[in-house]
Amino acid sequence: MTPPEPLTWTGAAGAVLDPALALAVAGFVLALGLRGAARLGLRVGGAERAVRVAGGLLAAAILAYGVAGVVLPWGMAGIVGAMARQLLPVWVAMGVVLIFSYAWRSKLGLYGRMIGSPIGRIGFGLVLFWALTALAAGALGLVAPHDPLSVVSGLRNAPPGAPVPGVAAPGPGSHYLLGGDALARDVFSRVVQGSWIVAQVAPLATALGVAAGVLLGLPAGYHGGRVDAALSFLANLVLAFPVILLFYLLVTPEILATGLPTALAAGIFAVPPVLVALLAWSRLRTEPGRALAVLGPVLAGMGWLYLSAVGEAGGRLDLLGRLDLFDLPPGLLAVFVSVAFVNAPTVFRLVRGLTLDLRTRDYVAAAQTRGESSWHVMLWEILPNARGPLIVDGCLRIGYTTILLGTLGFFGLGLPPESPDWGSTINAGRRLLSVHPHPAVVPAVALLSLVLGLNLLADALREESLKD
Amino acid sequence: MLRLLLRRLGVLLGAAVALTFVVFWLTNLPPNLERIARSEAGTRISEAEVAGWLERNGYGRPLLVRYGEWLGVLPGWVGMDGDGNPRGRCLRAGDGAGRDAGPESGPESGPESGPESGPEPAEAPARCGLLQGDWGWSRVFQAEVRDVVARGLGHTAKLMAWVLVVMVPSALLLGVLAGMREGSGLDRALSGVAVLTAATPEYVSGVVLVAVFASSATGLRWFNGSATSAMEDATLANFTLPVLTIALYGMGYVARMTRAAMAEVMTAPYIRAARLKGLSFRQVVLRHALRNALIAPFTVVMLQIPWLLNGVVIVETLFNYKGFGWTLVEAAGNNDIDLLLGVSVVSVVVVLLTQMASDLGYALLNPRIRLGRG
Amino acid sequence: MPEPVPPALEAAEPILEVEGLSVSFRARGREVPAVASFSCSVRPGEVVGLVGESGCGKSTVASAILRDLGPAGRVVGGTVRFRGRDLATLSPAELRRLRGGGIAMIPQEPTAALNPALTVGRQLMEVPMLHGGASGAEAWARALEMARDVRLPDPERVLRSYPHQLSGGQRQRIVIAMALMARPALLILDEPTSALDVTVAAAVVQLLRELGRRQGTAMLFISHDLGLVLETCDRVCVMYAGEAVETGPTAEVFARTRHPYTRALLRSLPRIGPEADSLLVNGLDGVPPPPGERPRGCGFAPRCAHVAPGRCDGGAVPMLRVGPGPHAARCLRHGEIDWDAPPPRAGRRVPVKPGPVVLRVEGLSKSYAVAGRRVVRANESVSFEVREGETLAVVGESGCGKSTLARVLIGLETASAGRVTLLGQEVQDRPVRARDPRTVAAVQMVFQDPTDTLNPSRTVGRQILRALEAFRVGRSRAERRGRMLGLLDRVELPRALAERLPRQLSGGQRQRVGIARALAGGARIVLADEPVSALDVSVQAAVLRLLLEIQGSERTTLLLISHDLSVVRALSDRVLVMYLGHVVEIGTADQVFAPPYHPYTEALLAAVPVADPRVRKRRVILDGDVPSALDPPSGCPFRTRCRWKDAVPGDLCAREIPPLRALAPGHRVRCHLPDEALAGMEPVFEAVPG
Repeated sequence: MTPPEPLTWTGAAGAVLDPALALAVAGFVLALGLRGAARLGLRVGGAERAVRVAGGLLAAAILAYGVAGVVLPWGMAGIVGAMARQLLPVWVAMGVVLIFSYAWRSKLGLYGRMIGSPIGRIGFGLVLFWALTALAAGALGLVAPHDPLSVVSGLRNAPPGAPVPGVAAPGPGSHYLLGGDALARDVFSRVVQGSWIVAQVAPLATALGVAAGVLLGLPAGYHGGRVDAALSFLANLVLAFPVILLFYLLVTPEILATGLPTALAAGIFAVPPVLVALLAWSRLRTEPGRALAVLGPVLAGMGWLYLSAVGEAGGRLDLLGRLDLFDLPPGLLAVFVSVAFVNAPTVFRLVRGLTLDLRTRDYVAAAQTRGESSWHVMLWEILPNARGPLIVDGCLRIGYTTILLGTLGFFGLGLPPESPDWGSTINAGRRLLSVHPHPAVVPAVALLSLVLGLNLLADALREESLKD
Repeated sequence: MLRLLLRRLGVLLGAAVALTFVVFWLTNLPPNLERIARSEAGTRISEAEVAGWLERNGYGRPLLVRYGEWLGVLPGWVGMDGDGNPRGRCLRAGDGAGRDAGPESGPESGPESGPESGPEPAEAPARCGLLQGDWGWSRVFQAEVRDVVARGLGHTAKLMAWVLVVMVPSALLLGVLAGMREGSGLDRALSGVAVLTAATPEYVSGVVLVAVFASSATGLRWFNGSATSAMEDATLANFTLPVLTIALYGMGYVARMTRAAMAEVMTAPYIRAARLKGLSFRQVVLRHALRNALIAPFTVVMLQIPWLLNGVVIVETLFNYKGFGWTLVEAAGNNDIDLLLGVSVVSVVVVLLTQMASDLGYALLNPRIRLGRG
Repeated sequence: MPEPVPPALEAAEPILEVEGLSVSFRARGREVPAVASFSCSVRPGEVVGLVGESGCGKSTVASAILRDLGPAGRVVGGTVRFRGRDLATLSPAELRRLRGGGIAMIPQEPTAALNPALTVGRQLMEVPMLHGGASGAEAWARALEMARDVRLPDPERVLRSYPHQLSGGQRQRIVIAMALMARPALLILDEPTSALDVTVAAAVVQLLRELGRRQGTAMLFISHDLGLVLETCDRVCVMYAGEAVETGPTAEVFARTRHPYTRALLRSLPRIGPEADSLLVNGLDGVPPPPGERPRGCGFAPRCAHVAPGRCDGGAVPMLRVGPGPHAARCLRHGEIDWDAPPPRAGRRVPVKPGPVVLRVEGLSKSYAVAGRRVVRANESVSFEVREGETLAVVGESGCGKSTLARVLIGLETASAGRVTLLGQEVQDRPVRARDPRTVAAVQMVFQDPTDTLNPSRTVGRQILRALEAFRVGRSRAERRGRMLGLLDRVELPRALAERLPRQLSGGQRQRVGIARALAGGARIVLADEPVSALDVSVQAAVLRLLLEIQGSERTTLLLISHDLSVVRALSDRVLVMYLGHVVEIGTADQVFAPPYHPYTEALLAAVPVADPRVRKRRVILDGDVPSALDPPSGCPFRTRCRWKDAVPGDLCAREIPPLRALAPGHRVRCHLPDEALAGMEPVFEAVPG
């Protein structure tokens, strides 16, 4: 058997599909032009329908590449087809989620209405794609055809579609679909695996920052006065730190050696358990017995997780010994801390502003006249009604955190240099950018599409929540 | 107004002191100092030798005292080196001419890397810190920190000026056009552009722009992938990509803010009142809407400057443009404490000044605050 | 009462003709009709009222006339003709000229209608400069003249000010001036006074009437206030669910009502006139149907007491002539209903025998430090006492300190001086957190704004349950749940509402939940802060009746804080009038509502619009605004606006705060007026003979 040929972008199927796509695009542009003319007052019948039909044809043409990739033998549909085939589990899961959400959108509240708007569908689709890819590749090991760290000699800076030498049968392992990087690793596999790192770190780090911002912003806005002045001053201090300077100060090996990030992490990771304790206690204050019954197990569990995250073998906070569930490398811990640090003051300002507004509401006064504690008023009367802006901000913030993680990777901070996360990959690829752009461009586009998806999602959520 | 200004200045000073102290503390943590000692006095020296070196070079005293010296409010340290020669913070020559010894000269020159031709102990000033204009000595660049920072700032100022010239007008125009008829086709198209650029961090747009416009892959070699030559002589070829890279990201954000402000103003009852007075759409937008809609973006543009600082660091690294951001990376990457401190001071002060300008500008633009109530 | 329309006008061609106007809005891909085949006309110099409750489509009519419906709304049928010209055929330029010179509008919210970034003068000058081609100097002169016409004090300074530097009343006058700058032939007023205090509103209405008469401007007056319409308009058009249901000359419509809705609306109003007999009349049950869910046939049928199934819901009901004049009503049964039948006498107030004193306030003062050293005195040595089962109304305009008083009593603030004895405990320095749960449960509050009184994120049931928990009522969850359902029964709400979120409830239902929540711990004293002022008229009566019923059966003490003197008259045993933090008059309702009055009480009463053609009201217009509490006048706080101050010898009023002196047992007034002047006061309300 002859070794597999290098793949072209669309392969043999492209001979049919490419002209079809070109036609569909041309038709769509024509239809858009018609509609524009109709809007300007020209009498053109059926322009709206033409746009819809042409849009459908265009979507079908694009879909055809994927179907061809799955149906035809490996390689017949080129790189695009092969990638579509590798991502098959993602497509299936995405289809299920989207179809069911769309069908039941009228019963799903804000989420359903977001699915109902085109911008929301695009944004949610992009985010869902990367979330499912991360899950499938990282947790289930499905998508990536190669190990993201393994090196195949001869494929250094190989162009997209290059065949792997020594593999006889065409199949998932036979090509570097998006080429090789400067160390001859598979770019496609690295990007896919990189999404798992982003999906693990970005939401958690954002959540930590948001929790800290909420915990401090509520009392600042609710009590005002000195509490507010002191907390706002602190927040402005952190905001005045250029982010990159903060990263360079917090995420260097020397600082890691002092244990300072671990100490800061001990503080920041404590925020969620404290928040939960306050929530439960302020709600169940009137029934101390129940309060203990609920709080005890929850806090024990969270405390365990907390000590596992903060404690590292042999460290000062290693209180659990063998019971320690997992170890976070100190570099990663520092990444969490610094990202939470950057996010917290902005969330703080948002929550403070919302609280200032909401605390004048009559239902807050009603709770006060019942003699509720101030934490009850803040957490149960004010916070739930601030959730709309917080959800929107959260979406934008996960995107921003993804950008920050990329920045850290770009400067080689925190994560190990061989890590497949997108920032580090862009950093590694930029040295040969003008000769071999693909190792840097592919993760750049991946990051761009995820952040874009999150921004669109936030826009759609904001628009839909404002419609009430 | 004056009281507001004075109060803001007071807060600014407090914040500056607090922030510089934090930076001083973080850069003077024991592992950093140990690394200096090893790089100056030899990598294989013992713990005790490290301690001795630090003690001889003035790093032995309490942190607060050293911060005071660095700031210039406490007298600089004075001590003896191994040969019994007087040494001290203020005994180093001010002009740096006599500082032949740096890290490059290696451990052979020993701990006595201080200048020989410094002023006599008797003539030396008692205090020599930030306030006296002595910002310290950069070990990486072998130059006065003041000069290194000033040179970097000069280059960056040029870059930033062009970025602002490109970014602000286009962002405001984009935002106003999109926001004046919310939900229209124009709005959808322009908002799409804005959200796309706001989702593209500099290291992504820079990479993509270089890959498209400056690489052999596409064949479009319109621009340079490096801006080193732009430091001396900025041309369209070598300066377009860095300026565009920073401006694009900032533009998306400012444009979105402007659009939101504009869209909100356009639904305000006074806009309806103006329309019902018989004003045309143009007059409504120009006379009534813009004035109110541009207050918010002004503050956003000012607050954007610290963000642009990030972009500057990334872009200067990516395009090898030796400005302020590049200096920061060099200083941080090489543990050049004095330089890093100097860079931090400048960036923190810049950020605080823009925050203050944003607050004051908001007050000035808004008659509600400018003139007070009733 | 408006003067009769001159016969010359009666015959004149209408300046505005609306015929069969239908408007719909697009929402979530559906067309929702807002106004259906609405017709009316306005003749030159005439004032036509458009009345109806919120959501009936009256503001949409105004927007449609001005062709300013926004992107979602459009006219789907009918025509609007102005001076015979169909407005749908106007080009954009013609439309602009029309707006600048033909039709002007005075919007509802004076604060929001002025551009915050421009001086008032520039906003006024814009109109003649754009449409009249006037030069800057001419425009300034005209703006100045107009500012004088609307009686702004110190007009030059006002024109150089920004909107935020003016008071609410001044801003409303500027908005009026801005509309009149265009010398319009037709002025559309959309609730022009609903955001103002009663005394200020009365002055603004007076001004509008005068200016309209002088310039011969026709007006379309949109309001929900029937009293205001009766006092202002020549003809009236009552709207319900997007349709006109009754039109005709104002006096005729009010005296010979021929539509069940109009009659129900009029009967929902508490009476304030001389024959007010503490009688609350039945309101309407239910709420107006939301646009898009309006029934076939008569829109009012689902709430109508006279509905005839099969006829009223058969098909569209036409407008029918019901009298000799131009009086018409949209009711098929107008000839069959006995219009003179007396109203069902429900909710008659049984006088309660007052029990022991439950709340005693002595010399209470509350002051705040503002911006460092300046001090605002919200309450100045307020003293009164309230007995069990009694209703005490606290009356005054915004800023008089009545809300601060409530906040101190309930413990959201502590007093600066004085003593508050609540159920035998001294609480003046104990905030609510420092009071024991029983005291907290005993004093509860009903809030004003139904959109705000309930937490939007939690179900109604859980909010009441939380109150029970906080008051330590009930030993188990099941017991508390039972109590919660019982409370819902008590406020006449279906139990199924327990699982609903507040936004799924109507305003009246939310207010009832608020009452249930306040009663959860067996409250002895209920502070009701404007409990019905944000509700539609037809709903108000039902909520008031509920409050009274509960008070009667549980002997709860009610502290009613209100600016609506009709409600106060109907509900309270005793009345306390406040001005700038001082108690200026206190007495039984009969004493306060009849002469001798405190001069402020007199003006307050005269400012109340009365929707009863059988009552004649004396006009007393107060000039100026309430002084700032930051800089109160010396001596008597009311002297700057008092029309009686010349009757007091010397500068006594400016020198000394008058003592609170007794005029009759239980009736005390803070005034320097000599006894003979007080005795000579005439009643504000009189029954029209015949």
